[in-house]
Amino acid sequence: MAGIVGYGAYIPRNRIKVEEIAKVWGADAPGYKKGLMLEEKSVPSPDQDTISMSVEASKRALKRAGIDPREIGAVYVGSESHPYAVKPSGTVLAEAIDATPDVHTADLEFACKAGTEGMFIALSLVQAGAIKYGLAVGADTSQGAPGDALEYSAAAGAAAFIFGKDGLVAESVDTYSYTTDTPDFWRREYQYYPQHGGRFTGDPAYFKHITGAARGMMARVKMKPADFDYVVFHQPNGKFPLRAGEILGFTKKQIEPGWLVPKLGNTYSGSSPLGLTATLDIAKPGDMILVVSYGSGAGSDAFVFKVTKRIDEVRDLAPRTRFLLDNDKNYLEYGVYAKYRRKIRKAE
Amino acid sequence: MRDVVAIGVGMTKWGELWEKSLRTIFVETALLAIDDAGVDRIDSMVVGCMSSGLFVGQEHLGSMLADYLGRIPVPAARVESACSSGGLALRQGFIEVASGISDIVLVGGVEKMTDLTGCETTFALGTAADQEYEGFHGLTFPGLYAMMAVAHMHKYGTTREQLAQVAVKNHDNGSKNPLAQFPFKVTVDAVLNSVLVADPLRILDCSPITDGAAAVVLCPAEMARKLKKPAVRITGSGQATDTIALSSRQDITWLESTHLAAQKALAMAGRKIEDLHLFEVHDCFTIAEIMVTEALGIAERGRGGRAVEEGLTSLKGRYPVNPSGGLKAKGHPVGATGVAQAVEVIKQLRGEAGERQVKGAKRGLTQNMGGTGGSSVVHVFEAD
Repeated sequence: MAGIVGYGAYIPRNRIKVEEIAKVWGADAPGYKKGLMLEEKSVPSPDQDTISMSVEASKRALKRAGIDPREIGAVYVGSESHPYAVKPSGTVLAEAIDATPDVHTADLEFACKAGTEGMFIALSLVQAGAIKYGLAVGADTSQGAPGDALEYSAAAGAAAFIFGKDGLVAESVDTYSYTTDTPDFWRREYQYYPQHGGRFTGDPAYFKHITGAARGMMARVKMKPADFDYVVFHQPNGKFPLRAGEILGFTKKQIEPGWLVPKLGNTYSGSSPLGLTATLDIAKPGDMILVVSYGSGAGSDAFVFKVTKRIDEVRDLAPRTRFLLDNDKNYLEYGVYAKYRRKIRKAE
Repeated sequence: MRDVVAIGVGMTKWGELWEKSLRTIFVETALLAIDDAGVDRIDSMVVGCMSSGLFVGQEHLGSMLADYLGRIPVPAARVESACSSGGLALRQGFIEVASGISDIVLVGGVEKMTDLTGCETTFALGTAADQEYEGFHGLTFPGLYAMMAVAHMHKYGTTREQLAQVAVKNHDNGSKNPLAQFPFKVTVDAVLNSVLVADPLRILDCSPITDGAAAVVLCPAEMARKLKKPAVRITGSGQATDTIALSSRQDITWLESTHLAAQKALAMAGRKIEDLHLFEVHDCFTIAEIMVTEALGIAERGRGGRAVEEGLTSLKGRYPVNPSGGLKAKGHPVGATGVAQAVEVIKQLRGEAGERQVKGAKRGLTQNMGGTGGSSVVHVFEAD
C-alpha cells in the first residue's frame, strides 16, 4: 500500500485585506467579501517565489517523513508561477533538500491543479515500484491583474507531500482524474496576467469538473459523502467549495478544516494541497479524506486517503497549516503590496 | 390591409446558454413556433438581432438562420433597432403579411450575449447610445438610465423604494415563469442592499445579460380560420423614433417615442389604454418601467413610481405590467426581447400562461424600446 509519508505547508506572513484593495479601485468591499467569501489573502515578500516556498514546504514534509532525502527518486513542482520560463524549479528544490543527483525532476503546469498532478505522478511511480520515495509540491505566487476580481483572491503558498510505501501517515485508497478541454482561464506566453471567462469559470468549468471528479472517485471506491470524515475541494474563493459540497451532499463540517480560503486567498497550485495539509493536521487515525483539485483548462484530480496511526506521531514535527495562517501576520498597504508584487515599473 | 394573426409561439429557457450557439438557440425556438402553428411551410422570415457582429462575430444572419432552419431559399431579413430589434422584426413581419407580400411569416428574435467578458458586452450594448456624444465620453447604459432616474426622482419625488418595488413585482411574476433566467423572488431590502452599479441604480435594478430567442408565426386571418388554430389578432402596430442622445431630449424624464408609438398602435386598433388587460413593457432598468407606464398612460406623468407602490401594475392590479417577469427576471437577450413580449401576450390571450395568467385577458400590449428611448415599437393584440 502506498500513500503519504510526510507533508508540509508554507504560507508567507504578509497579508492584504479585501478592503485595502477595494479602496484603491473604488470597488465595493462588502460586495466582494459577501460575494466571494474572502477577507484577506497572503502576499509573498519580494525575495520569495514558487521555488523558495517549495523548499520551505518540502523541508517540513521531510521533518514529518523522517527519511533520508537521497532516497527520494522523483521531485515534481506544480505551479503556474515558475520563476523561469525556461529552467526548472524542480532542480533548485531537489538540490536544496539534498536529493540530487539520483532523482527525476519535472515542473508541471495546469492552472490550479499542477500541484495535485505532481502528487498523482509521484504516487503512481511509488505504486509502480519505480522509486522508493517521491516528492510533489504545489506552489504559487499567483497573479491577478490590478483591479480585476482575481486580484482579491490571487495569493501565495505551498504544500509538499512525500509519497512512499512505508511509514505512511495516510494510505492512498484510490485516485481518479476528470478532464475536458474547457477554456475558462488562460495566460498566453509573454502575457503578464491571466484572462478569465468571468461567470463561465463557474458552472461549466469549476463545478462540472469538481462534481464530475468527486462522483467518479466515489463510484470507484463505492463510497458516499457520509462515508468521509473530511473533504477538500479546490478553493478559488470561499463560496465555490461550499457550493460544490452542497451539490454533492457534503456538510460544512466535513469541508471546514481544509477551507482556508477566506483568510488565505487562492494559492492556485497550492490551494487544495494546503487544504489537505490543514485537514491532516487535525485528522485522527482511520479518518477518510476526499481531495478534489481543479485546474482551469480544465480538469480535476481526486484522491481518497485513509489516515493512519502515525499521524499522531508526526503532526507536530512541523508547524500546522492553521498556525501559519493565523500567526505572525503582517498587514500590507496597497502601495507596499504593489511594490512586493512588482506591479510598479521602475527605471531600467 | 389584411388582418394579421399570430398562430404559433416558441420560446425556450433563457439564461447563460454556454453549451448552445446563436444558431442553435434560434433554430430550437423557431421550430417550436412552427410546430405550435401547425404549418408545413413558411414564406418568409424576419429576425431581430441587435449586435451578433459584436457579440459573436457573425453578421448575415437572415441567410444563415434560414439555412440552419432548413428553409433556404425563403426570403429572410435581419432587422436592427438596438434593444427594440425584436419589436421591429414583429412590425416588419406584420407589414409583410398585412400587405399581402407573404402569407406565413416567421418572426424571430435572438441574441447570444454571454460569450464575451463584461467589458466587451457593456461596449457592445453601448453602441445603442450616441457614440460621439455619449459613448466616447464614458457613458454606459446603467449610467444613462441612472441620470434619468435621478432626474425623475428630483422632478417628481419618485423614491428609491419605488424603483425597488418594480424589481420586486417583476421577480414575483418571473418566479411563476419557468422559462425565466431568474425565476425567483426578491425583497425590497435585497434590492436596496445589492451591489451599486450607477447611483442610484443597483444590480437588482438592472436587467441581466442573457442568451435567448423567441419566435412567433404570423399569417392572414382568413388563413388561420382554415387552420383552426387559436389565433390572436395583431390589431395595432406603432413605431416612433427620438434622438438617441439623451442630451438632445427636451425632457429626460419622459419617453416621447414610447408615447407616440403607443398612440399610433392604439389608434390603429381603435382602442384606449383602459381597454387593455395586460402589458409587456421594456423594464431594462427599474426606472424604465416607471417611465414607460407614464408614457403609455397607465399612470399620470410623474406618478409611475406611485403606480407600482400602490399595486396598480401588479399581476392582480388594474393594469398588470410584465406578468412574464419582464426583462428584469425573464432576462434580456436584447434582440429577442421584443418578440418574447409578444410570445407572453399571445400566451396570456390564449389562456396558456399558467400560474401567472391574467384572468380573462382578452387584449394586451407590448412596448419594446431601443437605447434610452431613441426608438420604440408598440403592438396591440386581441383574442378572437
